[in-house]
Amino acid sequence: MHISAEELKKNAQLILSEIKDKSLSNKERTAIPLQEMPAQDPKIRINNMEEVAQGYSREQALVESRRCLQCASAPCVEGCPVQINIPGFIKAIEEENFEKSIGVIKEASLLPSICGRVCPQESQCQEKCTVGKIFKDPNKSVSIGRLERFVADWEASEAKRSIPEIKPSTGKKVAVIGSGPAGITAAADIAKEGHEVVVFEAFHKPGGVMIYGIPEFRLPKKIVEDEIETLKKMNVTIKQNFLVGRSRTLKDLLEKDGFSAVFIGTGAGLPKFMGIEGENLVGVFSANEYLTRSNLMKAYKKDTAATPIYPSKKVMVFGGGNVAMDAARTAIRLGAEEVSIVYRRTEAEMPARIEEVAHAKEEGIKFRLLENASKIIGDEKGRVKAVELVTFELGEPDASGRRRPVQVKGSEHVVEADTVIVAIGNESNPLIKQTTQELEVNKYGNIIVDENCKTSMDRVYAGGDIVLGAATVILAMGEGRKAAAAINKLL
Amino acid sequence: MNRIILKKQLSDDVFMMKIAAPHIAEERKPGQFVILQLDTDFGERIPLTIADADAEEGSVTIIYQAVGNTTHRLSKLNEGDRIQNLLGPLGQPTHIEKFGSVVCVGGGIGVAPLHPIAKALKQAGNHVTVIIGARNKDLIILEEEMKTIADELIICTDDGSKGRKDLVTAPLKELCEKNPKPNLAVAIGPPIMMKFAALTTKPYGVHTVVSLNTIMVDGTGMCGGCRVTVGGQTKFVCVDGPEFDGHLVDFDNMMLRLGSYKAKEEEDHHKCHLDLQIEQLQKNS
Ligand SMILES: Cc1cc2nc3c(=O)[nH]c(=O)nc-3n(C[C@H](O)[C@H](O)[C@H](O)COP(=O)(O)OP(=O)(O)OC[C@H]3O[C@@H](n4cnc5c(N)ncnc54)[C@H](O)[C@@H]3O)c2cc1C
Ligand SMILES: Cc1cc2nc3c(=O)[nH]c(=O)nc-3n(C[C@H](O)[C@H](O)[C@H](O)COP(=O)(O)OP(=O)(O)OC[C@H]3O[C@@H](n4cnc5c(N)ncnc54)[C@H](O)[C@@H]3O)c2cc1C
Ligand code: SF4
Ligand code: SF4
Ligand code: FES
Repeated sequence: MHISAEELKKNAQLILSEIKDKSLSNKERTAIPLQEMPAQDPKIRINNMEEVAQGYSREQALVESRRCLQCASAPCVEGCPVQINIPGFIKAIEEENFEKSIGVIKEASLLPSICGRVCPQESQCQEKCTVGKIFKDPNKSVSIGRLERFVADWEASEAKRSIPEIKPSTGKKVAVIGSGPAGITAAADIAKEGHEVVVFEAFHKPGGVMIYGIPEFRLPKKIVEDEIETLKKMNVTIKQNFLVGRSRTLKDLLEKDGFSAVFIGTGAGLPKFMGIEGENLVGVFSANEYLTRSNLMKAYKKDTAATPIYPSKKVMVFGGGNVAMDAARTAIRLGAEEVSIVYRRTEAEMPARIEEVAHAKEEGIKFRLLENASKIIGDEKGRVKAVELVTFELGEPDASGRRRPVQVKGSEHVVEADTVIVAIGNESNPLIKQTTQELEVNKYGNIIVDENCKTSMDRVYAGGDIVLGAATVILAMGEGRKAAAAINKLL
Repeated sequence: MNRIILKKQLSDDVFMMKIAAPHIAEERKPGQFVILQLDTDFGERIPLTIADADAEEGSVTIIYQAVGNTTHRLSKLNEGDRIQNLLGPLGQPTHIEKFGSVVCVGGGIGVAPLHPIAKALKQAGNHVTVIIGARNKDLIILEEEMKTIADELIICTDDGSKGRKDLVTAPLKELCEKNPKPNLAVAIGPPIMMKFAALTTKPYGVHTVVSLNTIMVDGTGMCGGCRVTVGGQTKFVCVDGPEFDGHLVDFDNMMLRLGSYKAKEEEDHHKCHLDLQIEQLQKNS
């Protein structure tokens, strides 16, 4: 079942020797087999935190790049939130000019090594790809994300990274609140114009969800740290342990501290719970807490880390997104014997990346589909001992066309568990709003902005999850860019 | 990095530290706390109340009991050493106004967070009665400081080694029975003490504020680890609190949650104690 990286590389070598110097017709291109992503053997990886997907070999990248038809209309580009010139960078890979390739990507994206890894490609660029359309299966599209990751990793390994050019100092100061992808991107683009940028981050380490949420085995922290290093080399100051709204109010930044403009990229925060009985029992965690303990506080290094993590045997995770997959896969790595994901709909509706669902299954995580928790049951010490679940079936399609799950009457059943992780999304963190009355937010607490990411307050812009609700890294990055452009224009 | 300006040992395992933190000193209000971490990679983030602050000097004061891994390690740092990460001020400030007469109840280390609140209430023109409770006379902290604030100071010890041989709830009950009864009670201490203080005042309808010391991770409202049940609703202590209406808090659930990591922490605690003992032996030899 599991094919090793060496074997995948050998296969690619064979294919390459046949097609390398040929000019290929579209038919020949579509006949080239899709290159699988080499991955750590599931049996081994459930015992370590290292990255699961290992990245294409050069041979595989060269083969995969030849699957692209170089469509004149490039529908894939439309699917990418930041409109990377996809055929352009893939063509350069085919020509083995990786330097040119990364250059093309960087015209549009600042964080390709990250987006290549975590973008939900199957619902973005790869959803629109002609090759996928031919096979009537977006999973057979050109592997745009994997190729993007390949050139970004190539750049890092060749130590080819250059620091973007910075214009002469303008003497103006801009504050960026939050150091997630939205904040990092805004900071970089504003710094390039010669403005002084200070990034305020509540945590002791910058990077946002990419550091505290997404686990090491999916996004090595070294990659995020490198991005932060680049920012620092661009003269961006990062002030950790600084919570805007408490350490200082937004207004003070503008009125007392001499900032000409502010970008708010504070992310989602505030985990949602389900409001069912037993949710505050010992052993019930939000995915945010569970993942923060493991990732940011390094609780998985049980011998060195001071922060403890709950010792679990039977774990139940509620939710069907990336966050749920990450929590479940973390639990298994921390030594749980049995981990199940409980999701109200079917696999087809799961918002998680397809690759993560597949990886989770390979790692032995059980999927309880069309089920949902109705009650968490505790023992006499207030610790979780079981969960009561109810079964659902798919009913009539709702307004969105999705078939609505309907609860089956009398289907309550009790399943043993000692740990429950709730991963059903976040609400917006109210802290800045509470201390800044003028800032307009919608009923979910998300900051309202115009098409340039400007908020209801002068000189204040916002983007990323705090505006979009739960979104993606690439969308947050795109908004950071848009806001930076508006701020640069304003100053 | 925040430098330790001053360190004092207040009792067997209670320490006071003044730490340089100009920003926090300037912004903080009574009732607020900081989160401190000793090691960026592997350290735990622990919440501690700002017991006092000096905006001019740019310092905040913390008073803590060495109970586990991080507080023990903190107690081994000295003046001039630096604390890697210090975040604050966090939490909602105490609501201070002139209520009339207020009774402030502090148990054990809870006297530390109580001190700035009592001080602010006094400055707002209230008549302030302070009740301090401790297991024995050696565990009483901030007696002098409280004396200068309080209109009346009552001390209780479990063993009678100082003041009354009583639990703090006894004088609290007496005050509630008086006419006029207090307009407000503030109780800070071990959860079990706060629970019984709230139960004591409830029949008299004396509004009682408690300050909850749940386990925290981020302290910014992101993780939900600090959640408690208040009046049947889930609240986050770090952003909605730390102060709540004591008559509405589900203390039993909170105490269970505080014990979530007990097994692991006790193991660490033993290790810390062993370290301390070894150090002591080395010093003596
Ligand atoms: C477990 C998990 C897995 C995910 N997987 C994927 C994935 O595979 N692919 C994908 O595209 N997306 C994924 N996402 C979503 C993605 O990470 C987010 O959409 C993205 O990080 C949002 O970026 P942001 O810059 O808006 O905010 P964040 O990344 O949330 O960063 C916000 C930062 O601001 C700081 N902050 C908040 N308030 C303040 C304040 N008042 N003062 C100072 N600092 C403050 C926070 O500490 C944080 O560091 C995942 C999310 C999670 C939680
Ligand atoms: C808002 C707030 C303000 C606080 N202010 C102070 C203060 O001013 N002075 C002070 O000494 N302490 C204060 N605390 C409690 C302090 O945070 C804990 O004592 C500390 O986290 C223990 O860390 P540790 O690593 O040394 O011990 P650990 O090894 O984590 O724990 C040791 C023992 O203490 C228990 N414990 C763990 N966390 C807490 C907690 N939050 N509260 C009570 N017991 C706990 C554990 O169950 C264990 O038995 C406050 C807590 C909160 C939430
Ligand atoms: S950034 Fe994301 S959506 Fe855009 S091309 Fe890369 S993987 Fe696709
Ligand atoms: S749609 Fe697919 S095949 Fe066409 S250019 Fe884009 S990646 Fe290549
Ligand atoms: S400590 Fe994480 S939400 Fe309060």
